[in-house]
Amino acid sequence: MSVLTGGHSATDAARERTFGPLYSRNALAVVSRGLMAAKSSTWLILVSGFFEPVLYLVSMGVGLGPIVGSVAGPGGQEISYAAYIAPALLAVSAMNGAVYDSTWNVFFKMNFAKLYQGMLYTSLGPLDVAIGEIFLALLRGLLYATGFTAVMAVMGLITTPWAILVIPASVLIAFGFASFGMGITSFMKTFQQMDWINFFMLPMFLFSATFYPLSVYPQYIQWLIQAMPLWHGVELLRQISIGSFSPATAVHIAYYLVMIALGITLTTGRLRKLFLK
Amino acid sequence: MHNEATRSFSTSASFQMNPPAVITAENLTKSYGELIAVDGISFEVPAGESFGLLGPNGAGKSTTMKMIGGVSQRTSGKLSIMGLDPETHGPEVRAHLGVVPQQDNLDEELKVRENLIVYGRYFGLPLSYLRPKADELLEFAQLTDKAKSRVDALSGGMKRRLTIARSLINEPKILLLDEPTTGLDPQARHILWDRLFRLKEQGVTLILTTHYMDEAEQLCDRLIVVDKGRIMAEGSPASLIREYSTREVLELRFGSERNATIGVELAGIGERVETLPDRVLIYADDGESALEQVSARRLRPLTSLVRRSSLEDVFLRLTGRSLVD
Repeated sequence: MSVLTGGHSATDAARERTFGPLYSRNALAVVSRGLMAAKSSTWLILVSGFFEPVLYLVSMGVGLGPIVGSVAGPGGQEISYAAYIAPALLAVSAMNGAVYDSTWNVFFKMNFAKLYQGMLYTSLGPLDVAIGEIFLALLRGLLYATGFTAVMAVMGLITTPWAILVIPASVLIAFGFASFGMGITSFMKTFQQMDWINFFMLPMFLFSATFYPLSVYPQYIQWLIQAMPLWHGVELLRQISIGSFSPATAVHIAYYLVMIALGITLTTGRLRKLFLK
Repeated sequence: MHNEATRSFSTSASFQMNPPAVITAENLTKSYGELIAVDGISFEVPAGESFGLLGPNGAGKSTTMKMIGGVSQRTSGKLSIMGLDPETHGPEVRAHLGVVPQQDNLDEELKVRENLIVYGRYFGLPLSYLRPKADELLEFAQLTDKAKSRVDALSGGMKRRLTIARSLINEPKILLLDEPTTGLDPQARHILWDRLFRLKEQGVTLILTTHYMDEAEQLCDRLIVVDKGRIMAEGSPASLIREYSTREVLELRFGSERNATIGVELAGIGERVETLPDRVLIYADDGESALEQVSARRLRPLTSLVRRSSLEDVFLRLTGRSLVD
C-alpha cells in the first residue's frame, strides 16, 4: 500500500492561501475540532453551567423576592426583584461560561493535553487557534444565554420585545471575558495561579450591583466597581431587559469593544511568545 | 518540488545522483538568554534522504527540529525548507512537513480516526480527501480495528504509530521525527522502524533525532553527531564508525573498584583503552585476539564481551561521554 500516491496533492489547498506566520484563515478547523470533542465529552459541564444561574434566579428571585418586594430599575420605574436580578445573573453566567472556557479549558489544553503544540505544527497559526477557541467559548455563551432568556420568559420576567437583545449582548460580554481570559491564562504556570482567577471573579460576581444597586456603596467603592467589566455587563443587560436605554448604554457597549480589542491583542501576542519562541 | 524532481530525472543523470536539497541550514544558532542551545550548525539534506541528528539529551536536537518546523525562531543564521524561510512562511512550510514530536500530543478528547481527520482539517484539507486518507493511514499504522477507540485506550506503541499516521495526513515531503521510539519496548520499536522504512522507500525525506545508536544505524543514510549545540562529526553510520572507531570493541568488567585502576595494566592492548565507571573498553580490530592478550597478562575480568563498534563508540570518542546517561 502506498501512502503517498494519489492524484490529489494534499498541500495544494494550503499553498494557495495567503500566509503570514500568525494566521492562515482556518479558525474554522479549530472550531470544528471543539464541536467534535464536545460531542463526546463535556455534556455534563455544559448542562451544569446552564443550571447555575437558573438556580440562583429561582432561589433569590422566588425565595427572596417577596421579602424584598419591588425595586427601582434602570429608568427609575419599579420592577420585581426577580426581574431586577435576572439580567445580572445572565451577565454573570456569560462571564462564567466564557472564563471557564478560556481559562481552565485553555490552561489544560496548553499545559497538559499539548493540544496547541500539535495544532501549531500544522498550517494553523496562533491567531487561528485564538479565534477558534474564543468562538467556541462564545457559542457556549450563546447557548446559555438563549436558555436563560427562555427561563426568564417562562417566569414572566420579560415584558418588552427589546429583551430579546440580551442574547447578543450576552455574547458581547462573553467575548470580552473570553478574549482576555485566554491571554491571562497564558501567563499561568500552575494550578495555584489559576486559583487567582476565582479570587478575582467571586467578589466581582457578588459586588457588581448584581443583587442590589450600586448606590449602597460609598463613592470610591462605586468607582472601583464601575471600573470592573462585570458591572458594565450587568447594567447593559438590565437596561436592555426592560428596554430602558440611555447614553450609558453606549458606554457599556464601548467598554466591551475596547476589552475585546485589547484581549485579542494580548492573547495573540502571548500565543506567539509561547509557541513561536 | 515534485515537478522539479521529475524534470531533473528526465534531463540529467547527475541530478538523480544529487537531488536538490530540501533543507539547508547555515550557521544556525539559537540561544535562550545566556544558554546557547544550537551553536552555529550547518547542514544540507537532499530530497529522499534519511538524515539523523544523534546526540545526548540537551545537545540541541529538539531545538533544531523546532526551528525547522518554524515554531521556534532562530537567533541567527539561515534556514531554508523547500526554498522557504520557516520563520516568515511558517504555515506554508509546515504544509510540507509532518511532525512527530518527542511526546505524543494526540487529541485525547477525540477518537482514533477523528484524530486523523481533525488534524487534516488544520491543514485546510477537504473531508472528501481526508476520509479515505484516514482509512488508508489507519491501515498503514496497523490500527484499522482501533478506528473508533479512545486514544487513551491505546498502548504506547500504538499511540506512536497513530502520531506517525497523523503526521502523514498532509502527504508531507519531509517527516520530522523527534526521538521516535524513546520509551517503547523492543517489539514496538521494530514495528515502527519497519513503517519508517516503508516511508523512506516511498521517497519521504526523514529527519530524525535520536540518542539510540541502533536506531540511527538502522534508519539513517547520513547523520550529524551533535553535542552542546555543535556538530562534532558528519557522515554515514558506517563511515563514522570507520573513521572514529575500530572494527571491534572488547568490553571488560573488573568490578567497580578495579575498573578505575586497571587501565594502566591494559595499556598497549588494542588501539585505545577507554575507562568508564562501570567497564573498560578496548578498541581493537580483532576483539578476540585482544581478549587473548588480556588473559596472557593474567588479568581476570569478571565478564568480557566482544562486539562490533557502534555509533555509541563514535560519540564516546568524540566527546568523552556516553550518549545515554
